[in-house]
Amino acid sequence: MATPPPAVKVYGPALSTAVSRVLACLNEKDIPFQLIPLNMSKGEHKNPHFLKIHVCNTYYTSLVHSTLSLILINCVCVLLLSHTHILIILNSFQPFGQVPAFQDDHISLFESRAICRYVCEKHGGEKGNKQLYGTNPLAKASIDQWLEAEGQSFNPPSSTLVFQLAFAPRMKIKQDEGAIRQNKEKLKKVLDVYDKRLAETRYLAGDEFTLADLSHLPNIHYLVSSSDHEDTAALFTSERENVSRWWTEISTRQSWKNVIDLYPKP
Amino acid sequence: MMATIKVHGSPYSTATMRVTATLCEKQLEFELLYINVRNGDHKKEPFLSHNPFGQVPAFEDGDLKLFESRAITQYINHEYADKGTKLTISESKKMAIMWMWSEVESLHFDQAASKLVWELGIKPLFGAPLDPKIVEENEAKLDSILSVYEKRLSESKYLGGECFTLVDLHHLPSLHYLMKSQIKKLFESRPYVSAWVADITARPAWAKVIAMIPN
Repeated sequence: MATPPPAVKVYGPALSTAVSRVLACLNEKDIPFQLIPLNMSKGEHKNPHFLKIHVCNTYYTSLVHSTLSLILINCVCVLLLSHTHILIILNSFQPFGQVPAFQDDHISLFESRAICRYVCEKHGGEKGNKQLYGTNPLAKASIDQWLEAEGQSFNPPSSTLVFQLAFAPRMKIKQDEGAIRQNKEKLKKVLDVYDKRLAETRYLAGDEFTLADLSHLPNIHYLVSSSDHEDTAALFTSERENVSRWWTEISTRQSWKNVIDLYPKP
Repeated sequence: MMATIKVHGSPYSTATMRVTATLCEKQLEFELLYINVRNGDHKKEPFLSHNPFGQVPAFEDGDLKLFESRAITQYINHEYADKGTKLTISESKKMAIMWMWSEVESLHFDQAASKLVWELGIKPLFGAPLDPKIVEENEAKLDSILSVYEKRLSESKYLGGECFTLVDLHHLPSLHYLMKSQIKKLFESRPYVSAWVADITARPAWAKVIAMIPN
């Protein structure tokens, strides 16, 4: 007898940093999911079945472009289709036109970090990595602290660099050297703080791998694998001893390797 | 008896106010230890040992030390669940929806609002000239975000759900500055947003936080 499909659905391309964050979390918790990639270039978003579930709203005004490009701005997925117009898919539960969207037992959510917290709270003590969001209030407070630091201090400069270094070249968009320089300096200051912290603890929130570490995986992955920018990769692989040790440990976890396996091959 | 709860921060700082507002809602005693941000004391020791990112506030409760205002407010609300106002929703699906809007505040609203607060609220306090380009850019971003808020608040009494929670509270400090600036028109032109702002800013606990700001 065939097994039913998983109840958890994640909508969005695997290579989106925010989608990857959620998939990594689901993997850590051993929760099976369906990834519904929304291949917008094939017009799958216009499929009546998809439209029944989701409502398309325009968020930005239309433009006509002649080249095919994919822009990831933080979590916003924008496709410029040749000879047509910018289509931004807004799900009925995605008012910011972002990926991922998440569905589980009739709850729909957006915002990758909120989805991760929900997944951990729902499956806390029973499934997969039980320490992921802490097993007591003090542990949880420390994880929240470093999750907030990731969102507020690490994410802004690293997201800008991910776009500039990993995506802009693929899309033949001219890189903004000023933005690269500025954000690299901001990132270095954050990593100095991280290096000091990681001299005292094995992972950011303590001695266990948690959501706070996991949340960093997608952006660092792109920065380390951007082949033309070895000096950016070096920020995580050689310049700072403790950050390098931490990156090696967290990036070699099977749950993360399984996420990268879903990325389209170059 | 000495308060076990200490907040190291500045009464002008939006992030500090987020924490003191929560403490006031929960009716908890605390000490506010003044950090002179204008002097740059938050970027030096001993403050750095409380928050290595050099940002106010830092928080202590007995042996526990925390930074990041939203981690602190969550901790306070959880640890002192039986005191003062309940600032969260217990049912798991509703809590998830609440967290989702909490991220919206933190990653969308605040990214634009904090820059506007800096330009229009804080810089004037020490006579620094504002950057019109930053104001224009972030005003446009905030305008888009508030359209989403208007839709949400037409369907839900508060941003996180049917009752006042940390999600709404986290907005209060930025609103304090923005509603005194040219930005207030973005809020006043939207009926549901406007009603929500009026409701949450009228809370007695919030009045206590404003009273801590020196004249």
